[in-house]
Amino acid sequence: MIEVAVTVNGVRHERRVEPRLLLSDFLRHELSLYGTHVGCEHGVCGACTVLLDGRPARSCLALVAQADGGEIRTVESLSNEAALHPLQQAFHEHFGLQCGFCTPGILISALFLLEQNPDPTETEIRAELAGHLCRCTGYAPIVDSILAAAATLRG
Amino acid sequence: MKPAPFEYFRPTSVEEAVALLAEHEDAKPLAGGQSLVPMLNFRLARPAALVDLGGIDELAGIRVDDGALVVGAMTRQWDLEHSPEALPLLREALAHVGHTATRCRGTVGGSLVHADPTAELPVCALALGAELVTSRRRIPAEEFFLSVFTTALDPDELLVEIRFPTPVGPTAFLEHSHRHGDFAVVCVARSGERIAVGGVGPTPVLWDGGAIDPVGDLFAPAGYKRDVARALLEQAAAA
Amino acid sequence: MTRWVGQSIPRREDLPLLTGRGQFVDDVPIANPLHVAFARSPWAHAEIRSIDLSAALAAPGVAVALSGAELPDLTDPFAAGITHRLAYYAMAVDRARYAGEPVAAVAAESRYQAEDAAELVIADYEPLEAVVTVEDALDPAKPSLHDQVGSNVVVDRTLRYGDPDGAFARADLVVTETLRWERYSSTPIETYGVVADYEPASGLLTMWANFMGPMTLLPVLARSLRMPEEKLRVIVPKDIGGSFGIKSSLFPYMSVVGLLAMRAGRPVKWIEDRAEHLIGSSHQPDRVGTRELALTNDGEIIGLRAHVVDNLGAYVRAPEPATTYRPLGNYVGPYRVRDVELHLVDVVSNKVPTGPNRGYGCQQVYLETERTLDEAAQQLHLDPAEIRRRNLIPADAFPYETPTGGVYDSGDYPRVLELALETARYTELRAMQAGARDEGRLVGIGIGLAVDPSISNMGYITVALPPEVRQAPGYNPKSGAADWAQVRVSSSGKVVVTMGTAPQGQGHETAVAQVVADELGLTPDDVATIDAFDSHTSVWSVSSGSYSSRFAGIAAGAVRKASGVVKSQILEIGASLLEASADDLELVDGQVRVKGSPDRSVSLRRIAGVAHWDPHGLPEGMDAGIQASEVFHMPSSAPPTDDDRINSSHAYGFVAEVVAVEVDPVTWRVTILEYASANDAGTIINPKLVEGQTYGSALHGLGGALLEEFRWDEDGQFLTGTFADYRCLTAAEAPRIATAHVETPSPFTPVGAKGCGESSSETAPAAVANAVADALRPLGLKPSHLPLTPARLWELARS
Repeated sequence: MIEVAVTVNGVRHERRVEPRLLLSDFLRHELSLYGTHVGCEHGVCGACTVLLDGRPARSCLALVAQADGGEIRTVESLSNEAALHPLQQAFHEHFGLQCGFCTPGILISALFLLEQNPDPTETEIRAELAGHLCRCTGYAPIVDSILAAAATLRG
Repeated sequence: MKPAPFEYFRPTSVEEAVALLAEHEDAKPLAGGQSLVPMLNFRLARPAALVDLGGIDELAGIRVDDGALVVGAMTRQWDLEHSPEALPLLREALAHVGHTATRCRGTVGGSLVHADPTAELPVCALALGAELVTSRRRIPAEEFFLSVFTTALDPDELLVEIRFPTPVGPTAFLEHSHRHGDFAVVCVARSGERIAVGGVGPTPVLWDGGAIDPVGDLFAPAGYKRDVARALLEQAAAA
Repeated sequence: MTRWVGQSIPRREDLPLLTGRGQFVDDVPIANPLHVAFARSPWAHAEIRSIDLSAALAAPGVAVALSGAELPDLTDPFAAGITHRLAYYAMAVDRARYAGEPVAAVAAESRYQAEDAAELVIADYEPLEAVVTVEDALDPAKPSLHDQVGSNVVVDRTLRYGDPDGAFARADLVVTETLRWERYSSTPIETYGVVADYEPASGLLTMWANFMGPMTLLPVLARSLRMPEEKLRVIVPKDIGGSFGIKSSLFPYMSVVGLLAMRAGRPVKWIEDRAEHLIGSSHQPDRVGTRELALTNDGEIIGLRAHVVDNLGAYVRAPEPATTYRPLGNYVGPYRVRDVELHLVDVVSNKVPTGPNRGYGCQQVYLETERTLDEAAQQLHLDPAEIRRRNLIPADAFPYETPTGGVYDSGDYPRVLELALETARYTELRAMQAGARDEGRLVGIGIGLAVDPSISNMGYITVALPPEVRQAPGYNPKSGAADWAQVRVSSSGKVVVTMGTAPQGQGHETAVAQVVADELGLTPDDVATIDAFDSHTSVWSVSSGSYSSRFAGIAAGAVRKASGVVKSQILEIGASLLEASADDLELVDGQVRVKGSPDRSVSLRRIAGVAHWDPHGLPEGMDAGIQASEVFHMPSSAPPTDDDRINSSHAYGFVAEVVAVEVDPVTWRVTILEYASANDAGTIINPKLVEGQTYGSALHGLGGALLEEFRWDEDGQFLTGTFADYRCLTAAEAPRIATAHVETPSPFTPVGAKGCGESSSETAPAAVANAVADALRPLGLKPSHLPLTPARLWELARS
């Protein structure tokens, strides 16, 4: 067993865990943050994507041990009681989700994309989305949602 | 799919890491984890111990030294891709390496040591005539990749940094993959007169200008790879 | 007066899903469960000489284990709708019949420990020769998987309608195409999941499972567990992460998890991982299909023959062989042909059993017909659009009875085809193609048409049984398509709709709120919706669930029916309060008011107040409260006739698509240049929801046609066990789809809506296969083996 300390959505947690515990399982089952979903456990579907030290990371490909001392943001941190994040609002207005299982990971990646590139083209968005599998929407509504959110965030 | 149990160490220096690798039979270094952790999850890799290199600050970093771009082995691929000093060839190649999230975690050294025959960075290293600096010696790229997932590193030897010489002449990177972000079917890197091709054999190879005799895989028969490789090589040579 | 049906109001389902508060099966709170991992056969076909769980049971954290060898003592085999009695148990008993078949299950304190323990299960296998392909299964020299059957052919029926021999004899042209289609699946991003808890004092087994029906499988499951149906309580979590039919096949795993819960005396949970899902969940069958069309020189189809072999995998798992029979009523598609012969063969082989997969049998039928029709067009020098025009059932022919017994409710096929061609700018596409061909580029255009069936009649599966069996004394016929909803008005005047459709992201609650709002003169915000399937408390029947795109027709139909009854109750109370006749009243904006005298009104809240708080004040004969619980059943739902005709579905939409592709002559990659889809799904409740189904179903169809493929070697070893090997199209490859709609309301469903959940999954493969064939025609190449991967096209070019 090892000791880890991680800050998740601004709250610090210290736990004693097996070294092999995946970050995805830690977030979901240790911290009861069920918003991050697990779709493949080999880093292809992207459903488990979180921000680790400000960068997107597949939480199924990270041992929580590797995140020791780090800062993690999950989908639960995007909104507060007052309002949805513009990305979430845009997904709602543009029907960017159906079953919602892939959505949290995509929101996280989109958040990072727009931080890096506030005015992405459709091609750039699709290249980014290639790291996420969605079986419901056919992707076009997700692209539209991100384009709309980008416009909102640019003001 | 959960990993089998292992002991875990997080050294803070290269010396400490090397000592741990020497001390524990069946220990593996853990870099970004984007190649190793899936194998742990599938239980295809079952090391008795993992030596996490993430705490060794000296292993990450990019600098220019004596006409070479020197990249620490633990430098995240994304950091190299977005670094102002990055060689255009490396920048182009990195755009094909997985996806943003995997590049934010995956490391330059990790990709080279993993030595997937279709990976982009080994092909670039070969084309650029890179020098791989380990904890005990310097290995030229031509001698580094031995076979599929196999390099010249000893089990207790760590890749520390990679020296990419400044290219002389035009550079180009070309890849064909079935989907965006997939491993390459065939990829080609050119640096001046040196053209390297990956995906046609157990390791990347320098092209001698002659015929390519590839090995096929589940999705790409040998002849298919030959046709694609020929087209990419012609394009690279004309760049 | 319709106000809300037809509007694209945003979904009420979104907010929890967007904020990470979805409740999927792995999120359901359950105290301290054990976690399950399976030991699975590494062999495709092997005798299991022995199985030893002792090391697994002794492993850290392990509580209980169960081997397949124990199952015949504890359970009965699952029933399936074929004459042969194959013994299908939830795990391999004495023989493993597919690589990945569960042989034992272990429950431990964590999934990590359960996997450690599962590796310690020792099974002694004696490998047998594997039967892998359709050809293997038809080969009498190969071993038979089930001794009771003696061969690997489990169903072999020839169905004849009209005079096909006569039609083929007098045809000017007979065109024959054989198509081979490998296995694929919709692979939802959420995998299977079951939580089971057993209460010994009452004998109640409760399960939470992301199972969406058909609920026929609940009695099948209960019977297999030797439990009375009412002792099995199945609760479907609020959210399911996609299913597309795939989660119908969850029920055998539910059986194992239930047995473990009974053995452990504690809740037990299994969340399938992706490796398990790819090898051991459910696939669409691999198939070889030959289509023959008899035509006149004018391109009129006068005869249709099909010879099909569907490979169902190691066992026939209910509702199979439905893949083969589901399209029966709409087999001729949108064409007028009356003389039909279908030779339908189902085989078993050493692969995971098959089950429903989006499109469920239709995409195969339409691939075969549409490809053959395109080849006929070529031979007759007709444009592919024109040959179709000449064969379409005309708009004035509805309701139209097909030769196979289908009753197409409504449609205007010529108009939808023209709309698809216009949306695609077909003439310009052909001109573009001509120019591209001059440059030596491989550009192709393909059309695909589908009559899209929805609301399955449960009787269709029984056509797999020969008529003599169905006529025998003691045989109980099957039929039916029904669903249920409750609408009530709460004591504060709020309308609440309760149903149990087990949705997987389609937006059922949003759509239903729109239907009820229109019926009761409210806004959707005034209508609360609860969609919660619980076999204890939901009013369900065996046909309940969300499969075969039945929601908009049947479930929304039940909701409309129930809200109609509630409306009458409201008006009756309002009439009493206003001292008016109910016929003179209308429901508008939450008020009951006298038509023409809007100041004479009473609020719904007031009416609810009387009904709940002062039922003495209600009109005589009325009960307290305001509620209606209604089942809507399709009256046309009858068992098959003795001559094998059946209305296999109850509503039939229509999809016409035009796809343009370019094929790279070096990489053989297929790039989609244009994709236009015209759709008639009857009355559209929420256009954006329907559009979403078009996009998603098109991607599933394109995936199965171009890149997605499960593969095995000749020993039955599974080769595509990761998402890197089983390749779904990403956003970078997915096309933009131009959509257009026609609405011909169904006369048979209360809302006039038809299903749309499968739609383009049935046309995309036909359209894109036709496009690729068109692109390769200048090279003299004809692709006939799907998916049309680059490797396969390269091989074709070499041959």
